[in-house]
Amino acid sequence: MSEVKKIATRESYGNALVELGKEKDNLVVLDADLAAATKTGVFKKEFPDRHIDCGIAECNMMGIAGGLATTGMVPFASTFAMFAAGRAFEQVRNTIGYPKLNVKIGATHAGISVGEDGATHQCNEDIALMRTIPNMVIINPSDDVEARAAVRAAYEHVGPVYMRFGRLAAPVINDTPDYKFELGKGVLLRDGKDITIVATGLEVGFALEAAEKLAADGIDARVINIHTIKPLDEEIIIKAAKETKKIFTVEEHSIVGGLGSAVCDVLSEKNPAPVYKIGVRDRFGESGPAVELLHKYQLDGEGIYEQVKANI
Amino acid sequence: MNKLDLQQKANQVRKHIVTALHAAKCGHPGGSLSAADIVTYLYFEELNVDPKNPKMEDRDRFVLSKGHVAPVLYSTLALKGYFPEEELLKLRKTGAMLQGHPDMKGIPGVDMSSGSLGQGISVAAGMALSAKLNNKDYRVYTLLGDGEIQEGQVWEAAMFAGHRKLDNLVVIVDNNNLQIDGCISDVCSPYPIVDKFKAFNFHVIEIDGHDFDAIEAAFKEAKATKGMPTAIIAKTTKGKGVSFMENQASWHGAAPNDEQFATAIADLEKVGEALCQK
Repeated sequence: MSEVKKIATRESYGNALVELGKEKDNLVVLDADLAAATKTGVFKKEFPDRHIDCGIAECNMMGIAGGLATTGMVPFASTFAMFAAGRAFEQVRNTIGYPKLNVKIGATHAGISVGEDGATHQCNEDIALMRTIPNMVIINPSDDVEARAAVRAAYEHVGPVYMRFGRLAAPVINDTPDYKFELGKGVLLRDGKDITIVATGLEVGFALEAAEKLAADGIDARVINIHTIKPLDEEIIIKAAKETKKIFTVEEHSIVGGLGSAVCDVLSEKNPAPVYKIGVRDRFGESGPAVELLHKYQLDGEGIYEQVKANI
Repeated sequence: MNKLDLQQKANQVRKHIVTALHAAKCGHPGGSLSAADIVTYLYFEELNVDPKNPKMEDRDRFVLSKGHVAPVLYSTLALKGYFPEEELLKLRKTGAMLQGHPDMKGIPGVDMSSGSLGQGISVAAGMALSAKLNNKDYRVYTLLGDGEIQEGQVWEAAMFAGHRKLDNLVVIVDNNNLQIDGCISDVCSPYPIVDKFKAFNFHVIEIDGHDFDAIEAAFKEAKATKGMPTAIIAKTTKGKGVSFMENQASWHGAAPNDEQFATAIADLEKVGEALCQK
């Protein structure tokens, strides 16, 4: 059996910026002393004049990005999710969101899969924070193919975009000839009639694994990949709620305010249906190898399988 | 424009400020009045801008980092012809164009939305950086409050501007010495302001922010300064021009009632008459 190709979406981010940088003169990349980790270093190597290291000052970086955007440049402001969405929240809200500036935020190291660095750097709140900002688009790609497509889609969208990338190598699941990324469109990855698993980001691959295990138990699970959390593809969610008995949302993020909450928001207003949210259950993370943490927090294929079985 | 004309314009701007705030029944007169001469000079003398084409690509930019003094910006923009002066009477009202703090999406001539302190200077630095990256020769000006520089982000931005040698950026500090809770030196002193900006690799000029000769000289010196951004520390009087508002922290964020408004206008009329006799 051939090994599944794995690549961290932060790598995809850096690579996609280089690709796009070759085509678009007005693309600039900003970083806050993390170019080696966010992978914008590859862009810096290729386009040193268009890579602006702002030093360890994320709030200022968001403002610099805003200023650049007012003049027609398209800045990709890059740092860890904790600092992009957390520390600089108010700068993103007031300097980027309110004036609807054309700034793209590349947030890497999201979720507990940051691993050994532990709770201070494991951002499980960024989706919740970014969802509250009007005008903000949120993309959380599931693999390399989707992440690279997301960077391009973010560039083409006029207005602020928050992109969420991971540190851990993720299996490539979208490597198909007819793959097409459509901003705001959910993707039906596996059809099923019993329950639906709605997953995002790194969890999409694990959701597919869980669906396999559930199938072995005679449970026919539909799997939907939500790469764009805002605007949310309401149609695909409502359809799943109508056609299957229960929705399970899966995210490497707090169950407060993330994908699960977004799905509940839609269903409670438009098609009340039972939902169970799988994610980080209102607690901080901890140090440990990413794979072990994902297992401990029941966010790997087995964990999702068990949580579905326990709550079906 | 000669000095007398500028003084008259600034007096007009001050009348607009108190008129707009009286109509709004709330807002920030103290810092608006202290900055009136500087903002007047910027729009009537310094900035390469065109009210008929507010988004002119290579215009000079102005970011009002101390966004709460929106009335001084709005009054100046109206006087310059960006929009009708009647709009000033709708300041802060529901559905009005003139929001409590500058809104670039809806107001002609506003280059950046601002109001949350400490953020405008970063944006101004970003605009200045863009000019450098694209070999444009437009210049960027930003006005900060002396209380505002207590915000840490101001110094992140200053470090960036100094490091990047953004000599097309001018940071003006409206040093009226007062903030909401009292004297800036009593609340949490940002002094020595001059030394701080020098330490962040700025060329620093200290002036009387109500003296148009000094203002003119400072902006000329800034333009001639190469290889580093300039900070102009403008000593000003909070509430300048309105007798009962001068040097009163309590007039940071309160609007005049009918009686106070009449006194304020009378004060400014007197200034105007004195200027006419020059």
